Amino acid sequence: MSVQPAPRSAGELFRVFSVLALQGFGGVLPIAQRELVERRLWLTREQFVELLSVSQVLPGPNVVNLALMIGDRFFGWRGALAALAGMLAMPLVIVLTLAAVYARFASEPLVAGALRGMGAVAAGLIIAMGLKLMPTLARSPLGRSPSLLVMAATLALVGVLRWPMAYAVLGLGGAAVIAVWWRLGRPE
Amino acid sequence: MSFGSTGDWWALFAHFGAMSMLAIGGAIAVAPEIHRYVVDERHWIDDTQFSAAIALAQAAPGPNLLFVPVIGYAIAGLAGAAVSLLGILLPSSVLVMVVTRWGRRRRESRGVRAFVAGMAPVTIGLLLSTGLVLSLPMARLPAAWLLIAATVLLALRTRLNPVWMIAGGAVAGLAGIV
Repeated sequence: MSVQPAPRSAGELFRVFSVLALQGFGGVLPIAQRELVERRLWLTREQFVELLSVSQVLPGPNVVNLALMIGDRFFGWRGALAALAGMLAMPLVIVLTLAAVYARFASEPLVAGALRGMGAVAAGLIIAMGLKLMPTLARSPLGRSPSLLVMAATLALVGVLRWPMAYAVLGLGGAAVIAVWWRLGRPE
Repeated sequence: MSFGSTGDWWALFAHFGAMSMLAIGGAIAVAPEIHRYVVDERHWIDDTQFSAAIALAQAAPGPNLLFVPVIGYAIAGLAGAAVSLLGILLPSSVLVMVVTRWGRRRRESRGVRAFVAGMAPVTIGLLLSTGLVLSLPMARLPAAWLLIAATVLLALRTRLNPVWMIAGGAVAGLAGIV
């Protein structure tokens, strides 16, 4: 039986999470999976999926939850804070530097144009992410059509009518959760 | 556009604190709600600044949630960035640390499965809403719609790294096409 490798210190956790966050253009999750599971072997694929699914159930940004749970697994609170700090520190410095430069030159037509172009692409990337996830609804215990209905109602309320999001999350989400609970409880 | 009273600082922190607890499925899913509050209701920043914050965070390396401190920075400088980041991190992080071990044992339970399956369509609806909220300010620019549609197609059909699409968008903007 081989011993599973583990980080030697909270400092190493910080360094590894810094390095993987800096490689994450347009999403850190795939990089985290490659680095932690395939390269360093700190987690098996099953452990990673398990942590990821718990991180998605809980509120809060997913990658933040994942960093907290992986850090906690090795060094408790210290590890959680080290992993979180690693994930955020360097990218935060970079993005705030960009924001400061942008604020200074925002009135320049060239800068405004470039940001408008980047904004359009950012919108497209987010729409694509939503479309890519839609097929997963077909396997939902809620059922395909009810799931798509809840999704469309959320889009209409929040995206089109601009209602406060709490209504959609608590109302539509709450109703969907109760419906699944009821379906799962029925005898097969 | 006025920000600065003590009440404003508390409102900023409380808003992002609430977003922290509502962000099921990623920080970007609460972007429409942040937009509704800081742009439409409080008028702390405008549409252009909001879209710029998302675009900057997508162009930089690191988690997407960093659009939050960029919005805070646009509202109130470095202190605004710190307060908004702390707000979006603190409540959910404390909850995660408390609930993690409980959740690990219970992930196959009926309650957890119902929660995951019930919230999934809401999360996807919120993602599409974010895309819509970011697209609408550009409604009068046909070239921008073309750029958005091209990005969606590229992201769905190819494995092209998003950083190249962002760079392409910047070039299109610099060239005055968008």
